[in-house]
Amino acid sequence: MSAQMVKPYGDTMNDGKVQLSFTLPVEWSEAADEAARQLVARMGFSDVSVVEGRAIATGFSFFVVYASTPHAIDVSAIKAPSARTHAMSMEEIDAFVAERIGRKVRIAGACIGTDAHTVGIDAILNMKGYKGDYGLERYHMFETYNLGSQVATEDLVRFTKERQIDALLASQVVTQKGSDVRNFTELAELLEAEGLRDRVVLICGGPRVTNLMASELGYDAGFGRGTLPSEVAAFVVTALAERVRQ
Amino acid sequence: MEIQIDRARVERARELAARIAAPVEAFIAAHSTVSVERAVLRLLGVDGVGADEVPVPNLLVDALDPECRTRGAALAFGRALAETGLDPAALGAAIADGAHRLADFADVPEAAARGALRPHVDAAMARIGERRAQRRSLLERLPQLPPPLLYVIVASGNIYEDRTAAIAAAEAGAQIIAVIRSTGQSLLDFVPYGPTTEGFGGTYATQANFRIMRAALDEVGERLGRYVMLTNYASGLCMPEIAAMAALERLDMLLNDSMYGILFRDINMKRTFIDQHFSRMLNGYSGIIINTGEDNYLTTADAVEQAPAVLASQFINEEFAERAGMPATQIGLGDAYEINPDLEDGFLFQVAQAQLTRQIFPNAPLKYMPPTKHMTGDIFKGHLIDALFNLTSVMTKQHIHLCGMLTEAIHTPFLGDRALAIENARYIMGTARHFGDEIAIKPGGIIERRAQHVLAECVALLERVADIGLMQAIERKTFADVSRPPDGGRGFDGVFARHPEYYNPFEAALRGAREVPA
Repeated sequence: MSAQMVKPYGDTMNDGKVQLSFTLPVEWSEAADEAARQLVARMGFSDVSVVEGRAIATGFSFFVVYASTPHAIDVSAIKAPSARTHAMSMEEIDAFVAERIGRKVRIAGACIGTDAHTVGIDAILNMKGYKGDYGLERYHMFETYNLGSQVATEDLVRFTKERQIDALLASQVVTQKGSDVRNFTELAELLEAEGLRDRVVLICGGPRVTNLMASELGYDAGFGRGTLPSEVAAFVVTALAERVRQ
Repeated sequence: MEIQIDRARVERARELAARIAAPVEAFIAAHSTVSVERAVLRLLGVDGVGADEVPVPNLLVDALDPECRTRGAALAFGRALAETGLDPAALGAAIADGAHRLADFADVPEAAARGALRPHVDAAMARIGERRAQRRSLLERLPQLPPPLLYVIVASGNIYEDRTAAIAAAEAGAQIIAVIRSTGQSLLDFVPYGPTTEGFGGTYATQANFRIMRAALDEVGERLGRYVMLTNYASGLCMPEIAAMAALERLDMLLNDSMYGILFRDINMKRTFIDQHFSRMLNGYSGIIINTGEDNYLTTADAVEQAPAVLASQFINEEFAERAGMPATQIGLGDAYEINPDLEDGFLFQVAQAQLTRQIFPNAPLKYMPPTKHMTGDIFKGHLIDALFNLTSVMTKQHIHLCGMLTEAIHTPFLGDRALAIENARYIMGTARHFGDEIAIKPGGIIERRAQHVLAECVALLERVADIGLMQAIERKTFADVSRPPDGGRGFDGVFARHPEYYNPFEAALRGAREVPA
């Protein structure tokens, strides 16, 4: 494939325009504006224009800056596979499971660690679903367990073992200081240690999750913001069917 | 502006709320919990930690034998006070060290125990009364800007970073600072001790952290010439203890809901009902405004469908708070701006709900929560949705206004995010300050019909709950589509029946104080 170099587009091809906003821990002054300009220039930008600079508190100033980047990126060389590629409806998925797997698929989901934000896992699992797409609890061929919030990874692994779970959905919304990555890693390692990793389709989800990050963490797939329940369901059953075939 | 609503329906809803709360209150009166008992010890002056960082109040309550516990921790502790002559802090430390055991004083007469407790109960009541009087005089000298009072959250995990963020927010115009707790704290059956610098998604609520933030806000309040309020969370497994600490450290508001922990944290319902009652008795006396958590119904389910449940929960929260002795002016009932922005006329529905709440609870300092569920990484759209939320709030005269962050779905707010959010709110609320007074709602129009529909559905919901009882209703998924069994969930092992001779010296003192308004 030939290289396709692109730069940000303001109003002219290859003008490289970007907008930035940030806070500096300094009193506002004209010198603070100049500091902001030089800082952005040092980031490698050119044509730096500080369009707004003002005090927002004692010792803190806020800036809005426009600038041009000299860099371009070859989009033809980017690899970021999506897990959201198996377009199937709920009915199709149920029929697919009946035919290819021949029994109900057991799915467990939880918000792991100390995270109490179940909005993501609920959108995927609860019968009501998300954006008019029914949740996994509504699928005839799924036996779904929503374990809720603040589930310890040990408890989730124990549950997986006891109930012979086929697919495990771990959710993290809070990402402060890398707690999400730490929890996801801990779960994957614990499953590995218990010899369960190859028996489950392991999926992570959350507003900051990407499929690329998921594969780096040793997950089968990762689903980020805007994911529909049927997209997760389709991935799970396709992955399971492949294992059945092997 | 005013919506025509059927007052008879409102009366009916209040009757039903009373019918719903009455049997629960009878249950509460016959029971106590480990957290209530620990709060009693804390109020008496017990503090600090023993081996393995276990708080001394936990060590003491856990050491009571089950029979002794049914009479309340105060009696056992009072016996030891009478016999040793130590003050409560020293006695607590001595027991934690193993120098004394509560069981060794079982033979001390009850009258001596009550006598030994008396001065410490009086001292605690006096100290809380002083804190309350201090707040009143500060508010007179350093008046706040007119409501809606702008409320922002700080949540770095480090109390000292939070302090920097809080001061900056106050300078930008924030009138209330809430220190969000570390995400796991609601499920801890103890309150951590001392200043803390690490937490996840928030900062641990400890008495030392309360004190650090209170001092910082008092200082910035003096400088700005307006009092800055401090908020924390009396929810989870330690509601009564947090209420006790907040009373002692002059917090101004506490998140405190009669059902939130049950539905959204799977905390046992009996535990929650008992804990909310004693914590609200304390909040009433300490002058703390509670914020209830109805916003949670809207974030976990569809906001249009859940509107009647929000109103029903407001009636129930009001009823429980009044039964604990709280005046309407301290009951900050919650609502939120969570309708899907793609819904045509969604803004009209939001105005209908906010105005309906305002008219039904005219004296309540209503707490209005910002959009969160439909916030995405698109900060520009988020800032716009927040603007309409701000407009709804000022139009309908909400009292406590939690400023929405443009970065809501992205990270815990940056210092700059908070400044932009406050600026948004100040702009909208300034430019539209008297808009609500200038317009009339079209009779029989979309807004009025929506409000009437929500009220009617709310009454129907309350009728169903009253018929089967609150605990059964929760078990049958009446609220938030969640089922919780009466004896399931976290913290149930900390619930116990009271002995006929059970004694909690603060219950009587708090009831007595209600008769004579401070």
